[in-house]
Amino acid sequence: MTYDAAFRVWRGDAEGGDLRDFTVAVNEGEVVLDVIHRLQATQAGDLAVRWNCKAGKCGSCSAEINGRPRLMCMTRMSTFGEDETVTVTPLRAFPVIRDLVTDVSFNYEKAAQIPAFTPRSREKDGNHRMQQIDVERSQEFRKCIECFLCQDTCHVIRDHEENKASFAGPRFLIRLAELDMHPLDVVDRRDAAQEEFGLGFCNVTKCCSEVCPEGIHLTDNGIIPLKERVVDRKFDPLTWLGAKIGRRPRD
Amino acid sequence: MTATASRGTGPVTPGPGGGPAPRRAAIAARTLRKDRWWLQPLLTVLALLLFIVYSTFRAFQNAHYFAEPYISPFFSPCLTTACEGDTFPKLFTGPDWISPALYILIFPLGFRLTCYYYRKAYYRSFWLSPPACAVAEPHGRYTGETRFPLIFQNVHRYFFYAGLVFNAILTYDAVLAFRDEGGAWGHMGLGTLVLLANAALLWLYSLSCHSCRHIVGGRLNNFSRHPLRYRFWTVVSRLNANHMKFAWASLFSVAFADFYVFMVATDTISDLRFF
Ligand code: SF4
Ligand code: SF4
Ligand code: FES
Ligand code: FES
Repeated sequence: MTYDAAFRVWRGDAEGGDLRDFTVAVNEGEVVLDVIHRLQATQAGDLAVRWNCKAGKCGSCSAEINGRPRLMCMTRMSTFGEDETVTVTPLRAFPVIRDLVTDVSFNYEKAAQIPAFTPRSREKDGNHRMQQIDVERSQEFRKCIECFLCQDTCHVIRDHEENKASFAGPRFLIRLAELDMHPLDVVDRRDAAQEEFGLGFCNVTKCCSEVCPEGIHLTDNGIIPLKERVVDRKFDPLTWLGAKIGRRPRD
Repeated sequence: MTATASRGTGPVTPGPGGGPAPRRAAIAARTLRKDRWWLQPLLTVLALLLFIVYSTFRAFQNAHYFAEPYISPFFSPCLTTACEGDTFPKLFTGPDWISPALYILIFPLGFRLTCYYYRKAYYRSFWLSPPACAVAEPHGRYTGETRFPLIFQNVHRYFFYAGLVFNAILTYDAVLAFRDEGGAWGHMGLGTLVLLANAALLWLYSLSCHSCRHIVGGRLNNFSRHPLRYRFWTVVSRLNANHMKFAWASLFSVAFADFYVFMVATDTISDLRFF
């Protein structure tokens, strides 16, 4: 079952660009990335597109398809009608390099600023020990493939470039949550989460969770628990007092 | 082929109105989404407005909120000597023109206003921030919950505690609804069921709260050392996944319970009696 699909693909660079129309053949079982590759092979040899695994695991092929941030390799053509025009654009929150390729270094810069994992000292026999139920929560966040679709979707920076300086974005808020929940880690990142990484900017509208291809519950399991931890530290007089008089050791 | 663009995040100042900064892909459309992304916020606005209008009308109407043995959840606990019925000790006498609902409404209202789910719902639907994912918001500036007044969302856990007190009182009201008009036990009518269902949904809503999840165990990093709290946390986490459903179901049930009492109190319908 092959048919000709109408595609609109954004072409250009930082100087400017626009949506161009193409008609491309689509075979049964294909994903958007296959069609983009066919376009590159047959009609637009210089179309820039970043990809790697074609299995939803490397996080390279992030783009916006019909306005929704998605992985091109995980978006089946069968989700569209045969007469539907499929629009593919680069991520809108990051500087474009060319065509579908954007410069995502904002994310690497934020990643580098997060205080690293700092385990408590080893046990007498030289080992670190932890129970599965203690790390389970953090492990959900380890599924992240760093596709940065959540970063691209988050309105805090997508709609407000000026917030990039003071907001790390959902991917790094869950990184902070992951470390803060870790049973071995000894660094308190709650102040930094609020002051340096802009946790307060998040208004829990959950778009990060909606687009995450790994199905990570960023808001419910990461950002909101982190907000609650920050409340303990900064806004709740009772927990603050409890910690001051030593009734409430941090565990 | 040209060299890759220089590294860095580009100019930090956007155009006026928060428009795309230079170096982003030039796409003029506010969104390229083709689905009905506006439907969800629209329905949310309608449902919440309906509730606000109805509850405001009822609170100020200040009548028909008690029909032996049922009391409307909007008016419970009824604290003043002007109260209809005697479900709660009368603590003081207020001016006639102040409805007894107004003394207590702040708690359930504050609880829901600061609820993480309702925040999502009204930020999206009323404030359009954002109206839907990958749809640009209309605001030029955005500071989220970093400063006054929205920083006060952080008091949510205190409203959660207050919410528990209210749940206990409304459960007590539901128990009192097992008495008949004369005050003798062993009665049950449709109204009893309505109040019971409402109390149950309110418990589910409160117990599935994110602050509750944090308090019972979420704040710990070593579940293995606190097996009991880990169990609580596991149960609350399971409820928490349905928090949105409970939020709507309990909002509806509160309004419906009030409406049922309203109808019985005005003799528009008579309570269906089981025994
Ligand atoms: S929930 Fe918070 S972090 Fe996630 S997209 Fe929304 S505002 Fe951004
Ligand atoms: S959290 Fe999800 S959406 Fe965000 S970068 Fe990781 S995998 Fe991608
Ligand atoms: S190509 Fe690796 S995630 Fe799509
Ligand atoms: S009641 Fe909704 S999060 Fe607490």
